Amino acid sequence: MATPGALLDVAPTVDRDPIARLVQRRQWTNFAAGSVMFAAAASSIVVTCSIVGILLFESITFFTQTVSPIDFLTDTMWTPQFANPRYGILPLVTGTLVTTFVALSIALPVGTIVAMYLSEFAPHAVRETIKPLLEMLSAVPTIIYGYFALQFMTPLLQKFVPGLPTFNMLSAGIVMGVMIIPYVSSLSEDAMRSVPMLLREGAYAMGANKVHTGFHVVFPAAFSGIASAYVLGVSRAIGETMIVAVSAGMQANLTFDPRQPAETITAYIVQVSQGDLEHGSPGYQSIFAAGITLFAMTLTFNILGHQLRKRFRQAY
Amino acid sequence: MDSLAVIVARRKRQDKLFGALGIACTSLGLIMLVVLLGDLMYQGFGRINWQFLTSFTSRRAGSAGILAAWVGSLAVMCITGLTAVPLGVAAGVYMEEYGRKGRINTIIEVNIANLAGVPSIIYGLMGLGVFITLFDFGRSFLTGGLTLALLILPIVIVATREALRTIPVHVREAAYALGATKWQVVRHHLLPYSLGGITTGVIIAMSRAIGETAPLIAVGAVAYLASLPQPAPFSGEFPFVSFEWIESPFTVLPILMFNWTSRPQADFQSNAAAAGLVLIAITLSLNAIAIFIRYRARRRIKW
Repeated sequence: MATPGALLDVAPTVDRDPIARLVQRRQWTNFAAGSVMFAAAASSIVVTCSIVGILLFESITFFTQTVSPIDFLTDTMWTPQFANPRYGILPLVTGTLVTTFVALSIALPVGTIVAMYLSEFAPHAVRETIKPLLEMLSAVPTIIYGYFALQFMTPLLQKFVPGLPTFNMLSAGIVMGVMIIPYVSSLSEDAMRSVPMLLREGAYAMGANKVHTGFHVVFPAAFSGIASAYVLGVSRAIGETMIVAVSAGMQANLTFDPRQPAETITAYIVQVSQGDLEHGSPGYQSIFAAGITLFAMTLTFNILGHQLRKRFRQAY
Repeated sequence: MDSLAVIVARRKRQDKLFGALGIACTSLGLIMLVVLLGDLMYQGFGRINWQFLTSFTSRRAGSAGILAAWVGSLAVMCITGLTAVPLGVAAGVYMEEYGRKGRINTIIEVNIANLAGVPSIIYGLMGLGVFITLFDFGRSFLTGGLTLALLILPIVIVATREALRTIPVHVREAAYALGATKWQVVRHHLLPYSLGGITTGVIIAMSRAIGETAPLIAVGAVAYLASLPQPAPFSGEFPFVSFEWIESPFTVLPILMFNWTSRPQADFQSNAAAAGLVLIAITLSLNAIAIFIRYRARRRIKW
């Protein structure tokens, strides 16, 4: 960026010199444009600060006026709508963790196999066609997945799982897993393809087949990229809102059984926001407390991903 | 000890098996996409007609329509685009061309990477806390549009940076050699050359925004809205254009679909499917346009 100091160097002493004036004007435009663009870039920091600031501010009021942080983290009941409300986040956390677990147990293996197939096995033309098609899966609005989970996946699962209620975490988790497949497969495939050909050729020369090369040479070499794909998948699953809000139910439920209905942190925020919220009421503040818990969970995974990437980075 | 032939045969079989598994897993994703579209079509296609597109929502499923919702989506997208595109492109240009090695740049970079990982519902909470409570914009088009603008900002910034990065250094060097200032290089060379890439990124970001539901629920989108944005943006009297509508209550397609999905009656479910079809048609065609533009831009420019 230009500094005002640089302008002084060319500031003309002879006022009549047209070239100097032209240069000066250009330098001013240059400086002004640079400043505007700097302000735009800095605004992203303002966004982060206001997210963190708002979450902290409202939840600190919540923790000092309504419930202590210790009760918030250890109480096993989440009943804000009762006459004697209790605010224990644990049931919402287990709801989030169970749906995330179901989603990941589909998205991670399937995504990895798809990535391995596209990078090591599929012909070029197949890869170039399949990849954008798969990415369409993540372009579908999540509310449509929610509808799909409720209206298609649950009735389908009810044929195999007897007694499965209309709202359950299993079907929400499965549909969420399908949605996350392309996040995992795309990034993992990029990582696998950037492994140098030399390593594969070395393995082939030793008599390894493609499966061996893929899992024992390419996978470890690409692990830092694959790990960040996994982490992205995890944080998508934790933060996913509409699928669980529509199809997993809106009753906080402390259970690890995916066949049960349960509410996630995100679904609770949706549920409360739908009503009329008075600013400053415990209900209003409770969604910020839930929000900061969610934010802390995804941030932890993002930092973890960053560390993994650093730890396993291979330089060729 | 197996003979060599047996080992070779086994290893070849392994490759074949894994290839089949790969095809199976890949098709799983694609089949899901097809089933999803098919299910929406089956449930909702019959509901899509002129009446559905031009009626307001109603308590009776048969006469309900999506007029307020799609007009609302369009209006919110205008606000989102007008905010996010200039802001995101400017930020991207700054990071790529101006502040390359600076310390502040590193901070902004890490910050944007983190922002991209923040769940969308959190943006909704921020919109609620900042735009509604702090700035008092109300539960309006303005709040909804700005919230989504901040949500897609990282996507626009990253797309801009990637587009700029594909322009070879010698283009910049040639311009500087002729005495251009940095701004002139950006204005006359870098922005025109990266237009294709930036447009692609912007369209993809917009298609993401148009399908977002959760943050808009948090900032108080209403599902039951039986009016277009009030007052009308254009009128016969002076000054002909009015922007007061941005402060009126808003709804969008995904919100209406969510409302219909959470009703037990089967008729509303087919309405939801029909709204979903309209939504998915918009999203997928935006994506198709983006892919097309990227393809065109890549073919046209040869360095």
